Amino acid sequence: MNLTLGPILYFWPKQDVFNFYAEMADLPLDTVYLGETVCSKRRELKLDHWLELAKDLRACGKRVVLSTLALLEAESELKMLRRICNNGELLVEANDMAAVQLLSEQGLPFVTGPSINIYNLRVLKQLYNSGMRRWVMPVELGAETLQQLLQQADEARLAELETEVFAYGCLPLAYAARCFTARYRNVPKDNCEFCCIEYPDGIPVRSQEGAELFTLNGIQTLSGEHYNLEHELPRMQQIGVDLVRLSPQREGMAEVVKRFDQRLRGEAPDSIALVNSQQCNGYWYGKPGMDWLESSS
Amino acid sequence: MHTRSGNVVAQAFHYFGHLTFLSAAAAGRREGSECCMELVCPAGSFPALKAAVDNGAGAVYFGFRGATNARQFIGLNFDEAKAAKGIRYARDRGVRVLCAINTYPQPQGWAQWQRAVDMAADLGVDALIAADMGVLGYAAERHPSLALHLSVQGSATNYEALNYYQRQFGIKRAVLPRVLSLAQVEHVAKHSPVELEVFAFGSLCIMVEGRCYLSSYLTDESPNTCGACSPAKAVRWQETEQGLESRLNEVLIDRYGADEKAGYPTLCKGRFDVEGNLYHALEEPTSLNTLELIPQLRRIGIQAVKIEGRQRSPAYVAQVTRIWREALDAAARDPDNFQPQPAWNSSLSELSEGTTTTIGAYHRSWQ
Repeated sequence: MNLTLGPILYFWPKQDVFNFYAEMADLPLDTVYLGETVCSKRRELKLDHWLELAKDLRACGKRVVLSTLALLEAESELKMLRRICNNGELLVEANDMAAVQLLSEQGLPFVTGPSINIYNLRVLKQLYNSGMRRWVMPVELGAETLQQLLQQADEARLAELETEVFAYGCLPLAYAARCFTARYRNVPKDNCEFCCIEYPDGIPVRSQEGAELFTLNGIQTLSGEHYNLEHELPRMQQIGVDLVRLSPQREGMAEVVKRFDQRLRGEAPDSIALVNSQQCNGYWYGKPGMDWLESSS
Repeated sequence: MHTRSGNVVAQAFHYFGHLTFLSAAAAGRREGSECCMELVCPAGSFPALKAAVDNGAGAVYFGFRGATNARQFIGLNFDEAKAAKGIRYARDRGVRVLCAINTYPQPQGWAQWQRAVDMAADLGVDALIAADMGVLGYAAERHPSLALHLSVQGSATNYEALNYYQRQFGIKRAVLPRVLSLAQVEHVAKHSPVELEVFAFGSLCIMVEGRCYLSSYLTDESPNTCGACSPAKAVRWQETEQGLESRLNEVLIDRYGADEKAGYPTLCKGRFDVEGNLYHALEEPTSLNTLELIPQLRRIGIQAVKIEGRQRSPAYVAQVTRIWREALDAAARDPDNFQPQPAWNSSLSELSEGTTTTIGAYHRSWQ
């Protein structure tokens, strides 16, 4: 199994993004996903900047995939999607069926992100026949479903298919028309002043009793707790997972990567806290996502 | 697809006295846009189906018992015999019947979903409403004459996504998620390869349907996996010194003062704490009501409007269907001067969550 770095889900200033990837370039990551997946108004980096980053990361031996928007509503968003799908060089991660349509029409291989609903073998086969060569399991699915699916995929001889599991970070749980960050700031979405840039790890939403429930990130709602499957890597290996996705956070990401790398190599990880937040792993065990269960592997 | 006999059409005409409505049902897409939109109403039970049919629905939609449909509620939905009875009742009165099998089966459940599709086909429904590509693929392959509608749970918000579903599965119609502005709906309609149906009235999902896992994050059930959002089994009400509390799997969703009206703890409509501010961080308890948009929806070529609410009572379905029938007919008679009657809107508001309504994402400022 190898580690991947998911796309940055938050809105960071351009220089911070460049600095972040400069740090990531030397870490044991197989694949780095680049691009904006949440809001088309976030334009600190233009496509050319992402391509420049891709070039640097590839020079450091990383595989690079361009990620695309999850919720496409406007023609301008489809235009950008077409540009990304026509980049002519890099693999693309489809986060909406529009991308699947454009990529499959061109006969290009592609990756599907966690917001493409793949819950059974028929869908895996359907998308495999459309050109999907790697898929990220939807976050609400767990080990048991994955095990059954991958056994079936094996029998169906989907030989070139790679499986990736979202294993660390706040979970992307929902997308909306409404911008919750703008709502929090009491400004209209169309005049949002790009305020997401002030919240590099989103805005925490707590219950009236102080429980960490969700994280607001523009039109996206993430989990309040950090999903962490670091103890589940042996089971993933056994099931046949190929890639383990770590989702970027503003501080301490290098430590997260190192810790997962140590776990993968069977070493005891350094005793460093990954993040100052509660952790959860319920989905992996078929329980409410926010639950934390002691590892059985 | 079942075509209606002339006799049935005549019966239906007699029954409703709506020539425009009938010609719309018979009309193709071209006339549909400038004629009349199909009124698609919820049937969570046989009495609700009857209420919808008797009050002017153009089509009713229902699901089978269990997790195969997106409104799994205890005591609701149809077994095979009830479905056959409902289909007969509707069809005798010229009303089409659509069957929703619109959740996402996992390997262990696949056989159940497959049986549901076979049952819908054998019952002769007018169309299957599905979201999962596996279900769509199976239906297209096994029952090629069964018309397919892409469910709102299919989460297609743009015409390129619709192109995929049309080319791969031959879908005839798609239900659009409740996240698009009117201008965006118009743009999709202009380029869509299939008929479009939009939500007209009822509960308001604020997240794009089919890609919201908030419910399974707090409980173990979601619309995708089980057809349940904020499931009743996880709800607990408690009177406390600070007020009436609603909880979902023990998470406090809201707390009500003595003068406040309590609502069902749908998790996206809770009052939460964001950096010290207590408010409805995602959405207020409110319902969607698009009566005022009827002329625009007609003009941009929407073929059908959907009333949400298979979990609602037959009385609710009857009243909402009747008002919408009246409104659609008024708009068909005189589209240029259509104005929703105040009585319609006040009746609909009374029926709504939080007794308030909004046109939601259709109006950009709401977003």
